[in-house]
Amino acid sequence: MEGDIGNMGQYIGAGLACIGMGGAGIGVGHVAGNFLSGALRNPAAAKEQTATLFIGIAFAEALGIFSFLVALLLLFAV
Amino acid sequence: MAAKSTDGELNIDPMHQFVIQDWIPIDLGFVDLSFTNSAFFAFLAVGLVSLFFIMSMSNHSLVPTRMQSMAESCYEFVRNMVHDSCGDAGLKYFPYIFTLFLFILGCNLLGMVPYTFTVTSHFAVTVFLALSVFITVTAIGFMRHGIGFLKLFWPMDAPAAMRPVLAIIEVISYFVRPVSHSIRLGANMMAGHAVLKVFGGFVGALGVFGIIPIAAIVGVTALEFLVAVIQAYVFAILTCVYLHDALHMH
Repeated sequence: MEGDIGNMGQYIGAGLACIGMGGAGIGVGHVAGNFLSGALRNPAAAKEQTATLFIGIAFAEALGIFSFLVALLLLFAV
Repeated sequence: MAAKSTDGELNIDPMHQFVIQDWIPIDLGFVDLSFTNSAFFAFLAVGLVSLFFIMSMSNHSLVPTRMQSMAESCYEFVRNMVHDSCGDAGLKYFPYIFTLFLFILGCNLLGMVPYTFTVTSHFAVTVFLALSVFITVTAIGFMRHGIGFLKLFWPMDAPAAMRPVLAIIEVISYFVRPVSHSIRLGANMMAGHAVLKVFGGFVGALGVFGIIPIAAIVGVTALEFLVAVIQAYVFAILTCVYLHDALHMH
């Protein structure tokens, strides 16, 4: 065994921070699923909205990225 | 390095591929200007993109050849993106967004070649790109609207009692933009390449059953190509969104 209680806290914290990515996954799935259900109802209007789709996905993903960032900071910067 | 596994049977160090090596050390005393592998692949990406456009457009004709139509559709794609999101006023800044898009796309795709270095996987690079976008867009906003650009943070269509609270949220979200803008690109490229490396470690550890992770790697590699293009697109279109805010104030 090596390391100390501080290291343990770092690793546990990094693992806990990754739970936030699940929220981002739900958000991205919600955006894409709603886009698909809307696109199947009105396929003619779908093509113009793909840019909006990607912007929505990018914004939903941003918060998951912050949790990834927290995990990285805990592992490498503390 | 946090994940050090030298004594186990799984010898995986997925972060090793992101180590920056000094190829030609140049130390000016106050700043380290060494020519690194990161610098080399950034120059290579710029060179390849320039070569592609010079080659395809050198003897251009009205009826395009295959190469020329590739270059033209690339140009039209980004131009339509800028025009759709920012209108005619945004076309003035189209060369900047086109350059950003092509540089990021070149670096991402070059990183997919085995044994190369992914320039955009480093936060130092992506934070620089995002900060340049942030400063440019803020400067454009103040140049066009003067001090009135600050009205961007004061939502007029909200109830009066809510406005100060919303203004604080707007200011925070404005300054978080370069963070999410840069980390999104860097984290996506880094995570994808680390996943490939981890699966590559499984192949050696599983012996003959390594065929299963190899099949997974094929799928993940295809996904990574998709991610490489989509992240370049997302970076460019978010730049357009921020530019739209600066030009038209919502």
